[in-house]
Amino acid sequence: MIGQRALRVGVQPRTTRQRENLEFYLFISPWLIGFLLFVAGPMLATLALSFSSWDLLTPPKFVGLQNFVHLLSGDPLFWQALKVSTLYSGIGIPLHIALAFCIALLLNQKLKAVAVIRTLYYMPSVISGVAVAVLWLWIFNPDFGPINLALRLVHVQGPLWLASEFWALPALIIVSLWGVGSAMIIFLAGLQGIPTTLYEAAAIDGAGAWQRFWSVTVPMISPVLFFNLVLGVINSFQAFTNAYVMTSGGPNDATLMYVLYLYQNAFQFFKMGYASALAWVLLLIILLLTVLIFKSSPMWVYYEGELRGRR
Amino acid sequence: MLTVGRRASSYQAARMSWLRRASVQRGTSLVIAYLILAAGIILILIPLLWMISTSLKDIGSVFLFPPQIIPDPALWKNYADGWNAQPFGLFLRNTLVITFSSMVGQTFSCALVAFGFARLRGTGSNVLFMLLLSTIMLPIYVTLIPTFILYKYLGWLDTFLPLIVPSFFGGGPFFIFLMRQFFMTIPLELDDAARVDGATTFDIFLKICLPLAAPALAAVAIFAFLGSWNDFLQPLIYLQRTDHFTLAIGLNLFRAESTAVTPWNQLMAVSLLVMIPPLLVFFFAQRYFIQGIVISGIKG
Repeated sequence: MIGQRALRVGVQPRTTRQRENLEFYLFISPWLIGFLLFVAGPMLATLALSFSSWDLLTPPKFVGLQNFVHLLSGDPLFWQALKVSTLYSGIGIPLHIALAFCIALLLNQKLKAVAVIRTLYYMPSVISGVAVAVLWLWIFNPDFGPINLALRLVHVQGPLWLASEFWALPALIIVSLWGVGSAMIIFLAGLQGIPTTLYEAAAIDGAGAWQRFWSVTVPMISPVLFFNLVLGVINSFQAFTNAYVMTSGGPNDATLMYVLYLYQNAFQFFKMGYASALAWVLLLIILLLTVLIFKSSPMWVYYEGELRGRR
Repeated sequence: MLTVGRRASSYQAARMSWLRRASVQRGTSLVIAYLILAAGIILILIPLLWMISTSLKDIGSVFLFPPQIIPDPALWKNYADGWNAQPFGLFLRNTLVITFSSMVGQTFSCALVAFGFARLRGTGSNVLFMLLLSTIMLPIYVTLIPTFILYKYLGWLDTFLPLIVPSFFGGGPFFIFLMRQFFMTIPLELDDAARVDGATTFDIFLKICLPLAAPALAAVAIFAFLGSWNDFLQPLIYLQRTDHFTLAIGLNLFRAESTAVTPWNQLMAVSLLVMIPPLLVFFFAQRYFIQGIVISGIKG
């Protein structure tokens, strides 16, 4: 009875409401199927695999928590990879955001040729990928790259950059800073959305330039800062191409990014179970950091709720 | 009445005096701003200029000290030699096939899904949308291994399918979000009017909303193009035979297989060629980039 009725409803919806419901699901079905097939399913499968040992040749073997125990207590490379990614993010993201914000502030004055300057700053962001990695490999060449050639002209011996345990990671951070334009453009859009009346009102109340910056610009831009910070964490913990192409994690694991180590475990050592455990730990780290940023946001992010309505 | 008027005029005077003072200060601060920005632009351009310079040198002058800035003679042959050092013509063809298929898939399927979320009500639509948003920050590595195994069992490894097919299933949560934000700005009255005239929901999607959403579609198409063109990890994992390679992994192969003396001039030439399509797209479609950022609601 019930089945028949459901069937009839499914085939020929009687009310517009049911009809719209059906249409909604039809329209979103590509995503919904894709989500189940390529996201939710694989995510759970990764979780299941993380409790197994699997080399793709023999059937997977259930090993309980062994992967996680090994990762936390028996694998110095895991800690090294975690350290590298943490340093890369911990130094890279603040530099990235500060630089992007400063450039956006400069650009936000009513300059001539804003469009041209903005284009030039954004340009490196569209050519990310291997070509960029190869280019910087040459720029950081210790003998004939432009940096060390310039240093040599003033009789300074430049570092070995990518071949130096100390300089390799800073070099990768410099490459990432080359793509500062994407965060800059988001800041700029935010700055341009701040109503000038706020600045005028602050000035009339006797606020100097510095005070206007701290009491108008900073609170008004804080949601954008928040957005860039979250984006920065997500992207920088997943940075792969530059490390793979430029250093392969070396020298002596000095640039062994977390996801590079994950890739090596999965597709070079064929430790699918261990790599799955690494993947879930990565997810937890990113989740934890994002939750921390979200939880702390009421303290430093200003949402101009009622103001937006009036504008 | 009088007091209000006087207060208003003193407000006006204060405002004018502030504006005057501000404009004097602005003169000097503008000069400083230009100088700093110019310095930044030089820093950004040096790697690219150095790249162009190297790409035109013969291999002997690449390793000169003091360096030769302007190549003499300019060896345009490096571009042809580099291009032929590996089957880059084939890599280009592969890249174009993958990039365009996945661009079409992403743009169309994400518009479809975004339309559903923006303009139709279904049970659980809010929950599903939250679910979609939460996947924006999901690292690809969490799904990489099982999807690899899935493709292995489907016999899709070493084909273009893993790089194309998923884009027809929604094409990325961020793009869906972006399109949805745009669809939300189109007045619902248009839908109602069309419905009165007997249009189906799909008609409304195809004939009313899609044409109006052209700028957002362009933004999504461009981002999809760049993402696919620059992608390295997925081709690296899924493609095995050299004649299936994309430009990205082909370029890496060229770099890795360069023995003894690295042919930096040719390597730079090919890298530059690989960068040109994204740069062209960027320069010609710049306003859609900016629009894409503004649509997604990232305003102060």
